[in-house]
Amino acid sequence: MSDESPKPRKVLNKAKNKTPMREQEAAARIFNFEEVPLGYNEQEATQEALRCIDCKDKPCVAGCPVGIDIPAFLKLVGEKNYEDALRKIKEKNFLPAICGRVCPQEDQCEMVCTLNRPDKGREAGAIGRVERFLGDYAMEHNLKITPTVAAPTGKTVAIIGSGPAGLTAASDLAQKGHRVTVFEALHKPGGVLFYGIPQFRLPKEILVREIDGLKDMGVEFVMNYPVGKAEPLDSIRERFDAVFIATGAGLPWFLGIPGENLNGVYSANEFLTRVNLMGGYKFPDSSDTPVKRIKRIAVIGAGNTAMDSARTAKRLKPEVVYLVYRRSRLEMPARVEEIHHAEQEGVEFNLLHSPLEIVNDGKGAVGAIRCQEMELGEPDASGRRKPVPIEGKVREFAVDTVVIAIGQGPNPLLTADCPELDRDPKKGTIKINEVMQTSFPNVFAGGDIVTGGATVILAMGQGRVAADAMHRYLMTGNPRDPFATVGDSGVCPNLL
Amino acid sequence: MGNKIVRAVELAPRTRLFEIEAPHIAQRGQAGQFVILRVNDQGERIPLTLANRDPGQGTITLVFQEVGKTTEMLGRLQVGQEIHDLAGPLGKATHIPTGKTVVCVGGGIGNAVVWPQVQALKEAGNRCLAILGARTKELLILEDEIRALADEVIITTDDGSYGRKGMVTHALTDLIEGGEKVDEVITIGPVVMMKFVCRATQPFGIPTQASLNPLMVDGTGMCGACRVTVGGQTRFACVEGPEFDGHQVDFDELITRLAYYQPEERASLDSYHRCRLEAAADQLRH
Repeated sequence: MSDESPKPRKVLNKAKNKTPMREQEAAARIFNFEEVPLGYNEQEATQEALRCIDCKDKPCVAGCPVGIDIPAFLKLVGEKNYEDALRKIKEKNFLPAICGRVCPQEDQCEMVCTLNRPDKGREAGAIGRVERFLGDYAMEHNLKITPTVAAPTGKTVAIIGSGPAGLTAASDLAQKGHRVTVFEALHKPGGVLFYGIPQFRLPKEILVREIDGLKDMGVEFVMNYPVGKAEPLDSIRERFDAVFIATGAGLPWFLGIPGENLNGVYSANEFLTRVNLMGGYKFPDSSDTPVKRIKRIAVIGAGNTAMDSARTAKRLKPEVVYLVYRRSRLEMPARVEEIHHAEQEGVEFNLLHSPLEIVNDGKGAVGAIRCQEMELGEPDASGRRKPVPIEGKVREFAVDTVVIAIGQGPNPLLTADCPELDRDPKKGTIKINEVMQTSFPNVFAGGDIVTGGATVILAMGQGRVAADAMHRYLMTGNPRDPFATVGDSGVCPNLL
Repeated sequence: MGNKIVRAVELAPRTRLFEIEAPHIAQRGQAGQFVILRVNDQGERIPLTLANRDPGQGTITLVFQEVGKTTEMLGRLQVGQEIHDLAGPLGKATHIPTGKTVVCVGGGIGNAVVWPQVQALKEAGNRCLAILGARTKELLILEDEIRALADEVIITTDDGSYGRKGMVTHALTDLIEGGEKVDEVITIGPVVMMKFVCRATQPFGIPTQASLNPLMVDGTGMCGACRVTVGGQTRFACVEGPEFDGHQVDFDELITRLAYYQPEERASLDSYHRCRLEAAADQLRH
């Protein structure tokens, strides 16, 4: 059993397909908020890990935004050495139970996996599922694998926002011995992981547990503290040696069509926040935040947030859930798995329908949504075929609720109170240089406040890049200093 | 973790004043801004506009009326107990001019917010008049506090039990028509009252700020529950308000939106009352 063995290890499982993951049946799950994919057991995880051929190039590692040594942890799982496998992951990613669930592996590590040869009928290794198994294993066996924390540097860091970017930066900077304080405007830490991603995709208990791990590393969390309002950024800048802004994309977009302020029209953020963060699906028994009894609902949009909204709506036991999207299936931005789950659960897709108006029921609430039927025309600037109206074809869907899930912009709460911070004049995103530094030398920024809206793992990747630059900055005053690294930062070059 | 209540006073039936330890809000909060609070771990987030603050003591003052489950539970908290979650200050502060004559028109619980507004207006060197409305005398709050600051105070009650009988709008119109040169009006209170205050000042072309109280969830610009139509544009009251040009506000839409959850709010309060009755009955049995 030598780690330095020059030979590739023997492949023990030559199965072409991923080991299937058991799921809660669609017919049952639409009546509860329990998780849908049930996860691998030990035997399934080991079996799947043994499909890894330990190829020379390891494209999966480069495909991972946080650079996890995937073949190494799969090998350890194959040997049933789960604790060391967890340690291996936690070198780069302290949230395996979360990433295993919400990362789009099919566009990252699994997409570039050497095994992934659809032409030969062979599927990639199910890296995400094995990662999730390890995260869950740690939880079930109450394993606390906290990364080693370096000796205190005496430097202090403020992280503004406790979503994926903030949590990742907090973990990395704490590991390097800096004193980290995380400020969160809401009453629970986790950002979009708490308010946005539904319970049935990411149980909140898992999030709480992963965040507890950070507290064990000495990270301090301050809740109910909207920086910019509770305290100006300038004051935070003075109190801390370095600051990381990770306030996310919390400003919902609306369509700008008539009827959008009728009762029963929600942004996806409001709908999901009421249900997830506030537990509105338990109203009035164990949550005081009301959610209306929905009979017929239309969700507008086709991204992951739209799927989350539609599937959440389904669990509130309505008669029908429509999904309305102006382009075709090919252009839907959501993960294939999410689209599949939504269909399984009986969400009715109305593609190539563009909302024109939300119709008043005569009492100030939603009565229907009127949509223009579309067809695909010539490719537009984005390279996608542009939807064009089919003249005279307008359809009306009778609904009592409409959820707008067409995206969101950067949260202005902090930036509005700090006009000196350089921003993109059009998008409102914070401007950064290649080491994620803002126009203030000791302030860095990352995640959706910089990108305008992306995925959890990309935000985490940015949190990592920023943490690395911040560490250099803290130790030498230069975020690009090549000599300041303490250990390998694991920064994925394609993120820069 | 929570914020401790250091003083509790019953100002009127079902209307309470709390002084709460919240040093950073006490230091930064300004008239017109609000906080969001939760009373326990299953609690909803409710916005309350700041009544006053004492940066020296590190405390803020909140005044609230017990109208639903959350405010009833809040009202049951005693001195020494803590508010589970308290975030703020949120929203924009009241626009405070200098060297002008400003009339603050408050109604009901809104008078609690007139208090810091009058204080800020006086500190900025304005002549400041306050018109305070209440349904009846015993519901009038903070009269002495506001009298101590304002240049003039006019009281109106719906039933005539105190001050002038009638609506605040009548008092306001009489004031303007009586020759008082009013530069600006600020109004806070029930939506219908604010609507009519704005309607009263419009013919005179007097700029009128209305402090809106839409439903909110996060209060940080994230959800849009609080959207209001101002001058034909959708605005988020939590980050762009809560005060807007009252002549541009679509008050009827606001009234409709505020009523959306009334059946659920009532059901929630009823079930809370039932639970408390059952608990009391249990205690009696033992």
